[in-house]
Amino acid sequence: MAANIETSGGVRASSSSSSGLLNDPFFRSFAIQATLIIGLALFVWWLVDNTARNLAQANIASGFGFLSNRAGFDIGQTPIEYSNSATYGRALIVGLVNTLIVAGTGIVFATIVGFIIGIGRLSQNFLVRLLSTVYVEVFRNIPPLLVILFWYFGVISALGSPRGISENPFGFYLTNRGLQTPSFAFEVLAWASFVVFAAGLAAAIVLARRNRRHQLKTGDRKPTLWPVLGLVVGLPLVAFLVTGMPATIDIPTPGTFNLQGGFQIKPEFVALFLALSLYTAAFIAEIVRAGILSVSKGQTEASSALGLRRGLTLRLVIVPQAFRVIIPPLTSQYLNLIKNSSLGLAIGYPELFAIGTTVLNQSGQSIEIIVICMGVYLSISIAVSIFMNWFNSKMALAER
Amino acid sequence: MQEHANAYVSTKELPQLPAPRNDAGPIAVLRKNLFATPVDTILTLVCGLFIVWAIWNLFSFVWLDAVFEGADREACLVEGGGHGGACWAFVEAKLGQFVYGTYPSAERWRVDTVFLLLALLTAGLLIPNVPYKRINAILLFAVFPVVTLVLLTGGEFELAGGAIALVFVLAAAATLSAVGSVPRISLSRLEMRIATWLLLGAIALMLIAIVLDTPTFEILGFSFSLLTMLAFVATLGAIGLSMMVGFGSGQTTIKSMVAPLVIAALFIFAMTADFDLRYVPTNLWGGLMLTLVVALSGIAASLPFGVLLALGRRSHMPAVRLICVIFIEFWRGVPLITVLFMATFMLPLFMPEGVNFNSLLRALVGVALFASAYMAEVVRGGLQAIPKGQYEGADAMALSYWQKTRLIILPQALKIVIPGIVNTFIGLFKDTSLVYIIGLADLLGTVKRGFADPNWITPTTPATGLLFAAFVYWCFCFGMSRYSIFVERRLDTGHKR
Repeated sequence: MAANIETSGGVRASSSSSSGLLNDPFFRSFAIQATLIIGLALFVWWLVDNTARNLAQANIASGFGFLSNRAGFDIGQTPIEYSNSATYGRALIVGLVNTLIVAGTGIVFATIVGFIIGIGRLSQNFLVRLLSTVYVEVFRNIPPLLVILFWYFGVISALGSPRGISENPFGFYLTNRGLQTPSFAFEVLAWASFVVFAAGLAAAIVLARRNRRHQLKTGDRKPTLWPVLGLVVGLPLVAFLVTGMPATIDIPTPGTFNLQGGFQIKPEFVALFLALSLYTAAFIAEIVRAGILSVSKGQTEASSALGLRRGLTLRLVIVPQAFRVIIPPLTSQYLNLIKNSSLGLAIGYPELFAIGTTVLNQSGQSIEIIVICMGVYLSISIAVSIFMNWFNSKMALAER
Repeated sequence: MQEHANAYVSTKELPQLPAPRNDAGPIAVLRKNLFATPVDTILTLVCGLFIVWAIWNLFSFVWLDAVFEGADREACLVEGGGHGGACWAFVEAKLGQFVYGTYPSAERWRVDTVFLLLALLTAGLLIPNVPYKRINAILLFAVFPVVTLVLLTGGEFELAGGAIALVFVLAAAATLSAVGSVPRISLSRLEMRIATWLLLGAIALMLIAIVLDTPTFEILGFSFSLLTMLAFVATLGAIGLSMMVGFGSGQTTIKSMVAPLVIAALFIFAMTADFDLRYVPTNLWGGLMLTLVVALSGIAASLPFGVLLALGRRSHMPAVRLICVIFIEFWRGVPLITVLFMATFMLPLFMPEGVNFNSLLRALVGVALFASAYMAEVVRGGLQAIPKGQYEGADAMALSYWQKTRLIILPQALKIVIPGIVNTFIGLFKDTSLVYIIGLADLLGTVKRGFADPNWITPTTPATGLLFAAFVYWCFCFGMSRYSIFVERRLDTGHKR
């Protein structure tokens, strides 16, 4: 036996020295990787060389110096200070803030709608189930860009103009100039209410933790919801009333040509926000449904055997387990929403990429602009992934 | 004791009692589904009212108040006799553009032929009971793209010598591997060795020809440079030698030996011959046809590239893995619209002088890169789901890496991820709508151009056009998703875990 092994080893050694270098796994993998890297490097060098030659021929100076040039164009929605004499760099930052605004609000709204629809698809009520299914199947199978265009050109542009609009008691007006809402202007004394709010929030967190610890120790659930609500909402409200309501509410009123006062939300924002969140909500609903279905039926039955009501079963047994399944795909939906916000370009919502294309058309610095935009979206994607991975691992730990 | 107990046991079966009245019949069904609890009842009422309201509004928009006939916007305006409903006259007037773009009307039969071929071939492939699946697949994946290209553009391409040499290099490789796979013939035979070296030499010559300029001359109307001509001759030599060996051994069929050469010649003939078709530049393409062209090319490119990238990401070679990871994560981390802009603005800069991509080709490159990254992640999911025993078993059978991958791993992995692949296709199909932003007139683009037409500006035209487009997209995507569910059930052979 031993001799056998030795001879076969000997044969292998002699054959590999003569012809088998190509059959040596180590050498092969080394050769393949070396070829790949050299080929890739040559390819990249070829691209860079071509680009440099083309740029030199077109007389375009590359580099990021143009960012400090004067922009010279106006932006429709400026959450931070901006005028057309600001720089290109500033304009891009305004775009980034606008992207974050629409993505942030869109994510919150999409999550709420998605959870409602997702739970609705599992409802025992036939009509609720039907509506949810129709919603999901319609929105999942239509391009997001079409949904955006539909809201913008099909709905909001087709609404009446603010001229001669009739008054309504809520102070919200949706016209072809966007959504006009009441606005709040706080006076100096209002800071007292904010301080009370912060204190109430802190106290609520402490209370919730204490109750939780108490429950872990004794098994006795103390009421948490109402005290927390009282601390977070009630106390600031009382403080607000005590200090004599130091705020003015500006309710828009219909004028002869336009709505007077209030806060105007641009139609582009309304269209993009609604389209992105309603489109993404359909996907979130499917994720939520799959997550809930992944919790085995025994869990529901066991918790009802323990005497938990349906609401409590959902909140204490099903949702925490379903979350484990829900979070990873939910993350990628959030990322999709952020990336889809770049479609605001199609209706002129001034988000990062729309402003980027304006700058691109004005300055001709295509490579730099595209690199900046891609870099920003990549960083956002990576940051969100890291955060959601952290959240995911926290949820997974909490399970046991 | 025994007898005592038996006294209480019935000796005959009792008739079944009907279900309690509250638990059967239509009323019970209604109660269970609609009025189980007070909250349920409220929900039912609210949803019912909403459904009635929504259906009524939709119905009156698309039917009762709609305008079906008219020459221009006047018919759809409320002042002109419309009722504020959908303006189908607009869709009717622009239908040609929505389907064909600005493709010349006299040549639209060519697009129709392509549609018909596509429908027939896909139906043949997708319906399980239709026979001749193999021929059908070859027709769809090999013949159909060439036919489509020639029909849609008009054919008569000017192929450079390099392209012809490349086609024949592929043919030579196919012939060589066909001969080499015959058991009696070893690749180390002298003729086979010479043929292999001729092929490698031809590839090297072509690579050199990219950077080195040599005098060009024309043969049969094709312009060859000296190097590409040499490469071409070398490939012919390789094919000839290997065919000689193959015929000499008497082991191979003539079909498998001659096929690559014939296919290469046919391909070049199809691409360059004059079929008396008018040339239609791609900037005239548009509508649903363009959407399908972009989506199908994206699908066709993304699947093989995605599989390669997924294999690369699972490779044991660190450099390969790293390159694949960076490639995949980069494209997945950026929005498609930035990729399309990159393709539009940066691709021309990347290319050497004189190489010019038209805007359709640029968009196709962008879509293909983007889609392959997503496809790669889907396929990777399938690769990871294959139990390790399958890999080890294949290794124990002494299969090479590619044999293992092709025969053992991929068939199982792709089967698992069919739903994911179809989802990627659906996403890709929806994403093609973005190409209108970079100036191509796809279905959504033509609709948008249509409702910006001054002849048709009314308050309801945009909603009508977009509803029409949404319906078309919806039909395709919903159809794909239903088919994927059907295939999933059919292929579910009980290995589901």
